Amino acid sequence: MSTTTEQRAPGRARPWMDLRVLGPIIALIVLIVVGALMNPNFLSYANITNVLARSAFIGIIAVGMTFVITAGGLDLSVGSMAAFIAGLMIMVMNAALPGLGGGLAVILLGIVAALVAGLAAGWINGFLITTMRIEAFIVTLGTMGIYRSLVTWLADGGTLSLDFGLRTALQPLYYGGLFGVSWPIITFAVVAIIGEIVMRRTAFGRYCAAIGSNDTVARYSSVNVGRIRLLTYVGLGLLVGVATIMYVPRLGSASAATGVLWELEAIAAVIIGGTMLKGGFGRVWGSVVGVLILGLIGNILNLTDAVSPYLNGAIQGVIIVLAVILQREGKAGT
Amino acid sequence: MKHLKYTAAALALLAGPALAQDTMVIGVSIPAATHGWAGGMNFHAQQAIDRLEEVYPELDFVLATASDPAKQVSDIEDMVATRGISALVVLPFESEPLTGPVASVADQGVWITVVDRGLSQEGIEDLYVAGDNPGFGRVSGEYMVDMMPDGGDIVVLRGIPTTIDNERVEGFEAAIEGSGINVLGMEHGNWNRDDSFTVMQDFLSRYPEIDAVWASDDDMAVGVLAAIEAAGREDIQFVLGGAGMKEMIQRVADGDSMVPADVTYPPAMIATAIEMTAVGMTSSTPVSGEMIIGSVLVTQENADGYYFPDSPF
Repeated sequence: MSTTTEQRAPGRARPWMDLRVLGPIIALIVLIVVGALMNPNFLSYANITNVLARSAFIGIIAVGMTFVITAGGLDLSVGSMAAFIAGLMIMVMNAALPGLGGGLAVILLGIVAALVAGLAAGWINGFLITTMRIEAFIVTLGTMGIYRSLVTWLADGGTLSLDFGLRTALQPLYYGGLFGVSWPIITFAVVAIIGEIVMRRTAFGRYCAAIGSNDTVARYSSVNVGRIRLLTYVGLGLLVGVATIMYVPRLGSASAATGVLWELEAIAAVIIGGTMLKGGFGRVWGSVVGVLILGLIGNILNLTDAVSPYLNGAIQGVIIVLAVILQREGKAGT
Repeated sequence: MKHLKYTAAALALLAGPALAQDTMVIGVSIPAATHGWAGGMNFHAQQAIDRLEEVYPELDFVLATASDPAKQVSDIEDMVATRGISALVVLPFESEPLTGPVASVADQGVWITVVDRGLSQEGIEDLYVAGDNPGFGRVSGEYMVDMMPDGGDIVVLRGIPTTIDNERVEGFEAAIEGSGINVLGMEHGNWNRDDSFTVMQDFLSRYPEIDAVWASDDDMAVGVLAAIEAAGREDIQFVLGGAGMKEMIQRVADGDSMVPADVTYPPAMIATAIEMTAVGMTSSTPVSGEMIIGSVLVTQENADGYYFPDSPF
């Protein structure tokens, strides 16, 4: 279970045989084949775009989470944060509606509000973790409770709803798109590609891995550990804001039930994708595959009667564990 | 002599609050507002308490909201230990974990009113106030039959897997039996908008022709309606929710053809329970027993009577 040897595939294993890389992809392909066999509509354009669009929220967050976990951190607050930002965005837009009219200005204001709130929330997490030196688990457990309570309080225990006219104006953000591909899918793809490049090709990505691997060594190698860690949380906060911008137009509402367990879904996706939970190694494209696996499981279970719906959670659990076992077998052989 | 008198009076005054026997405390323990219905229930509990404190100066209320069963048990223990409650109105988070703690409170001679979710052991509570879950399903099913006398294909969204959900679905199935209404599929939407949006999208992919949807809850109906709208499907004639969310009641009142009706499961039943408990504590009016609040079909004709604009739900 050493983290340092993890990054280099064992020399004797040929790269295309490396189960650690192939594990999640195999799981994904198996799910697609199973889905296609179970229901002819599975591969239909409408179903594929549905699954991709609904996976986009967790997907965008999972990309940010990959960096946080790679740098040896954790963020449990993202689901509550998304709910809080969604509530805030709705309130800002409703409040600005009389002054700005129902046009582009209000939508832009809402988008800016969500991004700023995301940045601020991420910065608070990062500041408490790096500067105040509190365990990431504890800080984000705390902020998780805080944001969840705040959104419940803002909504007075009920639901915050976007003004009906505004909802119609905002809807294209989720349902519209370019060339038949909806905005959430495009955004998810762009975020994933940028994330992959940053992780693989930039000093920032390498610093994250170095810090997660051994932060003392990283510090001696003149890496600004605190700053890089802070940046991973700020980046994640920003991406939560981006995900929320896409979430709000879907149903035009936010409540205490918004984004429940998103943090665990994002973390599960990251780990299924091959990132080490204790840090030191991260794979952004793996997280994307992980998100798609989770999204497809739910979709397939809804498309078939083969399994009692009571067992949906069990099936999900089994597949998550299997996907991770596939990767670990590669390591056991080394 | 006079001096002594004053001292005695002062002492009596100091001791006053501690000795006052005539103020009775009623504890109210309910789940926190984690979803729409619970939010409405919290609202009505607060409203009822505010109103009753005015009406009965001799009553004092202590309200606690819990986000999980363990917290609720602690709340109840605190109420007994620190406030010396004479009556407890409890809407159990879950039946099993709350049964023991509530039973031990009952053993101390405290009046117990249980709301909505029954305890798993009978005979603990003095008063039981609840909604009619089988009735909720039955009324919904009967409405479906009325709307589709020649039968049709429907999909059903269920809530969180619980006894409540099972009773509703059984009531519904019994009501549509033999009517020619065919349930294509049932999945759990967990009384959640996002989950039901996802489930409905998948139902739409799976079945090219659906005549109606029993969403069985208004939060789920919101998700279902959004999914249908996004898919642009014209085959679905209507969606039947339930519980009586104000936005949905509004749509019923406006004659929205996609939302022609709603079935109540009023969160205000907590107010009924608190009110009856207060009456029982302050008068000789007998209030022990069971009180089942029926589920009513809300249509355009009677929708105004079920619209509460101030409630969050």
